[in-house]
Amino acid sequence: MKTYGKHRFPGRLFVVEGIDGSGKSTQLSLLHKWLESQGYVVFFSEWNSSPLVKNVTRRGKKKKMLTPMTFSLIHATDFADRTEHQIIPPLKAGAVVLADRYIYTAFARDVARGVNPEWLRKLYAFAVKPTVGFYFRISLDEAVRRLRAGRKALKFYEAGMDLGLSDDIEESFHIFQGRIIEQYEKMVEEFGLQVIDATLSIEEQQAQMRQLVTQTLTDTKKTRIRRWLDLASLAKGSQV
Amino acid sequence: MARFSFFGEGLPGIDLGELKGKLIVLEGMDGVGRSTHIELLKQWLETNGRAVLVSSMTRSTLAGKRLRQAKEGHTLGSITMSLFYATDFADRLENAMIPALKAGFVVLVDRYVYTLMARAIVRGVDSEWVQDVYRLALKPDGVFYLRVGIDELITRVLQGTGFDYWESGMDLHLGEDMYDSFVEYQSRLLAQFDRMVESYGFDVIDASRSIEDVFGDLKERVLRMLDQRAPQTTS
Repeated sequence: MKTYGKHRFPGRLFVVEGIDGSGKSTQLSLLHKWLESQGYVVFFSEWNSSPLVKNVTRRGKKKKMLTPMTFSLIHATDFADRTEHQIIPPLKAGAVVLADRYIYTAFARDVARGVNPEWLRKLYAFAVKPTVGFYFRISLDEAVRRLRAGRKALKFYEAGMDLGLSDDIEESFHIFQGRIIEQYEKMVEEFGLQVIDATLSIEEQQAQMRQLVTQTLTDTKKTRIRRWLDLASLAKGSQV
Repeated sequence: MARFSFFGEGLPGIDLGELKGKLIVLEGMDGVGRSTHIELLKQWLETNGRAVLVSSMTRSTLAGKRLRQAKEGHTLGSITMSLFYATDFADRLENAMIPALKAGFVVLVDRYVYTLMARAIVRGVDSEWVQDVYRLALKPDGVFYLRVGIDELITRVLQGTGFDYWESGMDLHLGEDMYDSFVEYQSRLLAQFDRMVESYGFDVIDASRSIEDVFGDLKERVLRMLDQRAPQTTS
């Protein structure tokens, strides 16, 4: 089994991390559009989306039957399925893979739930190390302000209500997300995450991302642009 | 001091001192008669006034059903499959076995982490990794390994249910047909089990004998185990 940091694939893997409300998904989708416009073949994989286990997770959450351990393992199963089916094959083929949340989400959340951090790192040892892992840094208050502006009620597990931190969901959310931020901050150095100041303007953040991504894209496959160029030359030909 | 311990980091939020029952595991390949003996042990223990819980693979409330469905589709990668089984196991451990142990039950487990590890390793999963995963598990009071040789095993399967896709390791493409594949797969599994006898201290029981003889052995050993550790002196 190839472990973290030992895989050698021609493709590139970019992942975004941060708490809800940090704007990471917006940034990733802007990056996605730009990479495609540049002619790269881009694949996207999202946390907790494997068709295999999604329903188990959903039911487990709905019925509040998940413990910190089963919460952790069901997400690891989801991640393994996506690694084996959505992440590794395109990377082998030389494509660009974008992931919205990665193993660092599991490390932050599960540790905040009391799962042993060293055990978690062993559990996820099969994961491919990202080319760049972006961490969108934001204060809890700012994230909450943004979430309030756009969103409905807080969810049970997202607020860490399973931990009995507080009977008040708002308060529980604060304590739990605060713990998650603490874990992310510890991981910046451990995993060499690229910190993006999520309070900057959207354009500014995107510019920083593109710059970092560009540096790693030398010799990466561009199939689409070739197709476009061919079409362009054909079009030219017919004009003569 | 708590009588129970985990293989490693274990589960968060569990007070091992609260566990009072007995955790007894039956291991062995398909066709060795594990489920028959589990059922016999259960009846015998209950007749003798012991409360018993039986836990079997892919029977968790959380993941059992989906896991059985997923197997039918044959689309699981080896790491994913290992983790799905681990989820099923952890759910049964936390929500069935541990509560029963707290209540002082005898918990009989039809295949524990050893089968899960052996299957994963045979499917090419890193053995160190899969052992790391199961550092979450509770160490059982005893593991009875019902052992028969490969030739005997083949005869039994032929007489019984026939070759099953997964039990033949057909996903591994080990042979031209179900038979070749079955022999190769089961031999590899057997080798993994035999390797674990010493490292995990299995109690080996020769299961090639009659049901009566095997059960007689099991009863004797279980009795010894229950007696040995039954009168708990609280400190």
